[in-house]
Parts: sequence; structure tokens; C-alpha cells
Amino acid sequence: MKTNEPHNPPNWANKLLEFYCQSSLLEDLQGDLYEHYTRNISKGKFKADAIYWLDVLKFLRIYTVQKPKILNNMNTFILLLNYWKTSLRSIKRNKLFSAINIVGLAISMSVGLLMITFIDELYSYDDFHSNSDRLYRIIDTYQRTDNDPMDLASTSIFVGKQMEESFSEVEHAVTLRRNFSGDAKFGDKVIPIHGLWSSEKFFKVLSYELIQGNINTVLQTPYSLVLTERTAAKLIGGGEYIGKIIRLNEKDNYTITGIVKNPPKNSHMQFEALASFSTYENTVKDKEKFLSWTSVWMYYVYVILKENTDPKQFQNNLDRLAKSENTKHEHHNVTIKSQAITEIVPSNDLYNNIGPNFGKEPLYRLGLLTLMIIFSAAFNYTNLSIARSIRRSKEVGIRKVIGATRPQVFTQFICESLIISLAAVILSFGLFLFLKPEFLNLDEEIQDVVLLNFRAVHALYFIGSAIVVGVLSGLLPAILLSKIKIISVLQNIGSIKLMSGLPLRKILIVAQFALSMGFIISTFIIYRQYQYSINYDLGFSTKNILNIEVQGNDHEILKSYFEQIPEVKFISKSRIIPSTGDKLVAYGKFKDSTDSALLLYNFIDEHYLQNLRFEIIAGMNFSVKANMEKEAFTIVNETLLKRFAIKSPLDGINESIVLDGIKLKIIGVVSDFHHNNLDNKIEPFLFRYKPEEFHVLNLKVESTDMLGTMTKLSNAWEKADNIHPFKAEFFDSQVQSSYLSYTIMIKVIGFLAFLAISIATFGLLGMAVYVTESRLKEISIRKVLGASENNLIYLLSRGFVFLLVISAVIAIPLTYLIFDQVVLAEVAYRAPIGAFEILSGALIIFIIGIGTIGLQTLSAVTVNPAENLKEE
Amino acid sequence: MKGTNIGEFEELILLTVAALMEEAYSVGICDEIEQVSGRKVKLGVIHPVLNRLENKGFLISKLGDATKERGGRRKRYYQVTHSGKVTLKNVKVQRDVLWGKIDDMIFDGI
Repeated sequence: MKTNEPHNPPNWANKLLEFYCQSSLLEDLQGDLYEHYTRNISKGKFKADAIYWLDVLKFLRIYTVQKPKILNNMNTFILLLNYWKTSLRSIKRNKLFSAINIVGLAISMSVGLLMITFIDELYSYDDFHSNSDRLYRIIDTYQRTDNDPMDLASTSIFVGKQMEESFSEVEHAVTLRRNFSGDAKFGDKVIPIHGLWSSEKFFKVLSYELIQGNINTVLQTPYSLVLTERTAAKLIGGGEYIGKIIRLNEKDNYTITGIVKNPPKNSHMQFEALASFSTYENTVKDKEKFLSWTSVWMYYVYVILKENTDPKQFQNNLDRLAKSENTKHEHHNVTIKSQAITEIVPSNDLYNNIGPNFGKEPLYRLGLLTLMIIFSAAFNYTNLSIARSIRRSKEVGIRKVIGATRPQVFTQFICESLIISLAAVILSFGLFLFLKPEFLNLDEEIQDVVLLNFRAVHALYFIGSAIVVGVLSGLLPAILLSKIKIISVLQNIGSIKLMSGLPLRKILIVAQFALSMGFIISTFIIYRQYQYSINYDLGFSTKNILNIEVQGNDHEILKSYFEQIPEVKFISKSRIIPSTGDKLVAYGKFKDSTDSALLLYNFIDEHYLQNLRFEIIAGMNFSVKANMEKEAFTIVNETLLKRFAIKSPLDGINESIVLDGIKLKIIGVVSDFHHNNLDNKIEPFLFRYKPEEFHVLNLKVESTDMLGTMTKLSNAWEKADNIHPFKAEFFDSQVQSSYLSYTIMIKVIGFLAFLAISIATFGLLGMAVYVTESRLKEISIRKVLGASENNLIYLLSRGFVFLLVISAVIAIPLTYLIFDQVVLAEVAYRAPIGAFEILSGALIIFIIGIGTIGLQTLSAVTVNPAENLKEE
Repeated sequence: MKGTNIGEFEELILLTVAALMEEAYSVGICDEIEQVSGRKVKLGVIHPVLNRLENKGFLISKLGDATKERGGRRKRYYQVTHSGKVTLKNVKVQRDVLWGKIDDMIFDGI
């Protein structure tokens, strides 16, 4: 009989039933259906199955369907509410620790937010260009015979023309030249403007918005001018702009053919005006040099490649072009490559950048430092939480008794750390608003590059990082606490020792202190270097010298005005200001026509060497009649003689140097001086005499009322020039400003040092609390047995002092090495890293550390032993 | 007597449960009703009614022992509660009163 064979109802129907049915009704309902099934088998399996299926579907009713899973999660949700409550309570109960944690995390996260907005803004440069995936800049590497190769952001017109004419991959190309600048006059109004020369296809390649004018013809004809909105408004005011004539530098008339929207902040090139390149081309005299493959200093080429161009193929073609051109030029080697437009900022150092930039390396370093600080604070939280865990152990035990599972306890403590982390984030946002202007003011260059406006997406990053920090820092305590066994809590076995945490925490303490020590020592070292640099004997005098920019006026007239002011004792003139980073370079040859060296120079008048107290060791100074018609003489420094293997200064007199095609006879030699920052070594240098090139007046000023004198000077200036603002700066402060990078480093690292120390100290405090609390009974018993307070303090602190010593041992050599080998290695003139700097850092940490431990242990050992032993 | 009204079908089920005494479970009730009234009542009809009656408090159920026939699944046995019995009695009384008022002559010959 068939009924003996076990027939089973259709499996899927069963599964469905099990899925939707309430567990309380499931069993008997399923049994009923099964009973019917066995009865129905006699009608045939197919029919029985069908009936079963129908029944299962029919029973899908309100009263059978189990409560939706959401209500199961309601449980978790309700628990979360509970965690919120208990977390808040525990925070309130331990106000001090919570405050320390929140403040520590907040400070470190505000630095993090600063970094996030900074990095985000840097990486968003030039993303407004449509076709930014096909838009490239052509950059090159220039090398001349044996000199060092230089990476340049600029390239040659030759390359620009090649892009337009011979490269099939290029859809559009534009060539720019910088330094289109001068005084623009419209009607009565004269303002200085600064911009670029550009070939026709500017607006086809780059996405700057042309609001007036025809995109195809706007830069076609010579003397066409496109102004930015702002400049046009400043110069002309209102009304129609197109077709108006602007007079530039009293020489040329330009017609406005278009108005462009102001370039956005995140554009790597900034300009107030664009002039048609054809204007410039027409004025060039030396056509051959103009179009030369090796004239790579002033021009910038941007291209849009056709869709689906293989960048490798493009690069191969570029290499081929370079190869064939280099064979035509003996002494030069130029290689070109393409750079995606979004890669321009941030990027590594290229000379001749068209606008402000920020390198990738300093960015990575800053990022690393920030991360270290944040980790420091996060680990601090971990430390402190573990320290407090003893007090929480009873709570955990009872929760477990009531039925909390281990994951639930774990979640509870993660919630707590998340809440603290989020509270810290809110606080840190306030701190960020405070930090932002401080950061921007560190260096003018920073302001050129970023605005640091807070965007909505930053809030997202921020909350995200807060969650990450919260989870990270709460992970360890949560794990440890959730491991607590109920038995040990209820039996009150001594005090709970979370042994597994201990060595890890010691490592954390050592790391924190090593970091703090490192920062302090760094600050001292940098400060020492800075003081050294600004006080170093430069080989000439900068005292009381005021440098005034001539700004295109007649320097003789200016000199006569200034001479009338009694406080002005002496006036000399020059082109650039040495020792501040300004450079003029050219290639010069001596005798052997193939050996050309890169030489630095300055144009000076006959009073210069005396004014700034240079030491002439051979020959004589320039005289007034020195270069009547064309330049013929030069004064050189000792290094130049060495470079050209001239044995002694006297041998050098009357020898000739050929510089940029001009023959100059050496009439004098000065002793070596620091024409550049002390970070660089002294290079071959020569002085030239050319009155047209005098851009700066150096005034020796002796005055008891500096403010009054400045007013007199500025009034004298206005008599001669009432268009340009009066620009004057003391040589001393200019020298100091050139070491701006040091001041910045001091500020930043000093700040980080302060942060690191505070965080580390709190960590140490927590650690001390933990140790003393876990050894309370031991302390009391020892006291009863007769130990003195001093003995006890020694006993408890022993371990800590050892840790501090270890961090010193780690930090000191490491910091020394970093500075000696990496940071200061490039600096030519270094202050020695002395014992003072190193030991002072260690000393400060020791004092702070021992003070903290001492205070904590003191409060522990003075407790009445009876208090602790009572509970037993 | 609000809330204690039961429908005809519910009454039928309650009576069947009372009649079956120890053996009153869903399938058994099905069979019994079919036998007595000739109506082929489906499980899907009875089951929710049983549930409703239990929610109303007229029935009380408990799970029995595991049996082999149903793949080891236990049966749910129902019993009439006190209030169920009271309700049934009331209904019977109401019917009897009405029947008593009817003249025998009307039903003569049926």
C-alpha cells in the first residue's frame, strides 16, 4: 500500500510556510497540512501537491504571518536608545576624563579638518575645464651641456607651433606667453594690469567663460585685448566694452574684443587680461631665436587631444620630436612631455610655473603629521578608557547576568566612544573656524593657493572620519570589557586585571612620549637654524638699508627727491635685492667657448658696493663713466674666478667674460658674499652696470623717528609717481622674510608639539590612574606593614620612569637623524645641532611626565589604608 | 451580553469541540463537522475561526504530544472554556425560548 511509503509535501511550499508563519502557530498548522497531505496522496501525488501548495498560499493571512522583521530590529533599536542613555550618564559621571578625551580628540580633529579642506581644495584645481580628461600642458626638461637639468613648466613656441601644425592627435592647441603687463589707460583712468599673451584658440582649449565677444576671432588680430569682468569694470566703469581702445604704457593702443569671466580661485593660472599673440609676434626682431627649440623660458603650451588618443602614442611622438631637434642643437638637451591639467596642482617642483602652486611632498608631510596627531588622540582615548574599565566591570557583569550577549556589550562601548567622537567633531568644527585664518596667515603664498571654504561635502568627510576615529579608539576597550567573565565580577576577585591590554598600552605611552619629545626637539632645532640664518654674516651689510622699488619711474628724479630728506644718508641703485631669493641668471663663457657656466648677476650703480659695504679685494669699483654707450665692464666674486680656474684675484683683472653674447672686462673682484639664501651655497656671481636696469633704490636711512621719515619718503614718492603705490621695505626684514619657511615650520611644529604633549600627558595620567587603582589594596597593605610614602611613590613610579627613558632613547637619535639627513641636509649653511636642543626636549618631557606621575601616586598613597581594606 | 454573540458557524465549532472532548483538534473538528452536517469544511476555514474563538476567550488550546503521523509535529488540542460553555448555554436557552413560543402546528408534517 502506498500509504506506507513516506511521501513528503512539496519542499518549497513548506519553506514558504516556515518563512511567513508565526513560530507559535507554525508547528500545528504544518502538522495539520501534513495530515491532509497524507490523506490526499490517494488522489495522486500531483493533486496532493497542488492542494498543499494552495493551502499554504491560502493560509497567508494576517493572523498567521509573523510580525515583520523590523520589529525584531526594534529590539536592537531600543537597545541603542538605552546605550545612548547609559553613555551620556557615564560621560557625566566622569566629567574630567570625558572632557579630556573630547577636547583632545577635538583639537586633533580640527587639524584634520583643516587638512581635509586643504587637500580637497588643492585637488579640485582646474576641474572646471570641460574635456579635462583630454586637456594637457606640455612641460619640458632643459639641460645645457654639463649643467644640472631643470624641470620647467614652460616650453618653446616651436613646440606650440608643432602642436598646432604637425601633430594629428591634437585637436586644438594654444600658446601663451606670460608677463603681458603695464599701465593701462582709458580716458583719465590709469591702472596697472597683469596678464598673458595668448594665441587664437585660448577659449577652445581652456574653459574660461567668454561672456562678450566672438570665441573664434577674439584673439586673432594684433592688438586685440580681452579683459576680465573685474578689470573692465575697474578701468572703464560701465557701458559697452567691445570696441573701446585702451592705451598701454603710453605706447600701444589695444582694442577690446572680448570680456571674460574672472578666472575662478581654483585655476592654476590667474590673469586680468589676455592680449593676442600675433601682437607680440609682429614685434619680435630676432625671429630665429624666437622660434628656437631651446627658448623654453617664457611660453606655455596647452593642448586638447582628440578623443580616444592613446597617451602613450602621443608621448612617443613627443619623444621623437625631441630627439630629432636635439641633434640639431649641440649643447642643449630638451625633452618634452605632457601633463594632464588636473595634475598641475598639486605637483612637484617645476620652475617657471605660470601661477601659484603647492608641492606634493610638503603636502604628504603635512598629511602624515596630521595623521600622527589624530592617532595620538585616538589612542589616548583607548588608554583612558581601559584605565576606567575597572569601575565599569561591575556594570558589565550585571548586564551579562541579565542577558546581554558579548556582541551587545561590545556594541555598547563602541556606541560610547562614537558619541564622544561625534561630540569632539562638533567642538572641532568650532576650533577649525579659529584655526583657519591662522593657517592662511602663515604664509601669503598659502592664501594665493586656497580659500579653505567649508563645503557640504567636507562635512561628510568629517563625520566619516569622526566615525572611523570613534570606532578605532573604542575598539580595544570594547573588546576587553566585553570579555569580562560574570563570575569574576560577582566574586569580586581582587580587582579585575585586564592583563592582555597592558603591554600594548605601554607601547602606546612610549610612542606618545617619543612623538612629543621629537616635536619639541624639532622646534628647538629649527629655531636655532632660523636665528643662525638671520644673524649670519652675509659678506655685506643690510643694516638700515631701505629698498624702494622704482616701478618704471626715472630713478634719477626719484633719487633727487629722496636726497632732500635729511635722514637719507646715502643712495645706491640695483636691479634685484640679494640674499632674498631673487635671482638673475645667464650663461657666461671664459676663453674656452664650449665651457659655459650658469652665472648669477645683478645690475648696480657706482655707489652700491660702498653703500652696502662690500669688500673689494682687487681692482676697482665702477666709475660714473663706466659704460657710456654699451656695457663693457664687470665686477666679479671669488667663486666665479674659481669656476673659470683663475688662480688669484689679481689674475682676474682685465680678463674678459662673455655673457649672453656681451663681452665684459673684469675690472674688480669682491670677496665672496651670500647673494642668496643661506640654504644655498655661494655661486659664481658678477655685477653689471646698466642704468636702464636699475629697478630698486637702496637708501641708507638713519632716523630716530622712523614713522615720520617714512611719511616724508612716501610724500616724495607721490610727487614723482601718483599712480603706483609706494613700495619700500627694510633689507633686514626682507632677509628675514626669505626665511619664511622656517618661521612657518616653527609655528606649525611648535603647535603640533603642544598638542602632542597635552595628549601624551593625559595619556600618562590615565595610565597612572589605572596602575594605582589596580594596586590600591597592595598599597594599603604595604602602608599598614610600615612602608613610607616615599617608598611607595618610588615603587609605583619606577615603571613609568623606565618608559620615559625608553621614549627618550628612541626619540633623540631618531629626531637627530631626521634633521641631519633629511630636513637640513639641503641647507648649505647649517647651525650645528647642539646638545642644548636635544636635551632640552627630553628634559621638558621628563619634568612633565614625572610631575604627572608624582601627583597621581601621591594622591593614591596618602589615602587612609583602612578605606581600601574595609571592603573585604 | 454584548461581545458574547457568536455566529452560527462559531457555534457549530464550539459544539463540536465540546462533543469531541479530548480529541478536539483542527483536522478532527473538520471531520466531525463534515460527518454531522454534511458540509465539507476546509481547514482553511476552520483554523482562523478556532484562532478567533481562542482570542475571544471561548476556547483554550494546548499542544499535545509529538506523533509519528504528522512528521513529528504536535497537535493543538482545543477545549471549551467556562465562558464558552456559558455562551453556548445562553444560545441554547435563547433558541429553546423561541422554539417554545412557536405553535406546534406550524411544524406539523415536517
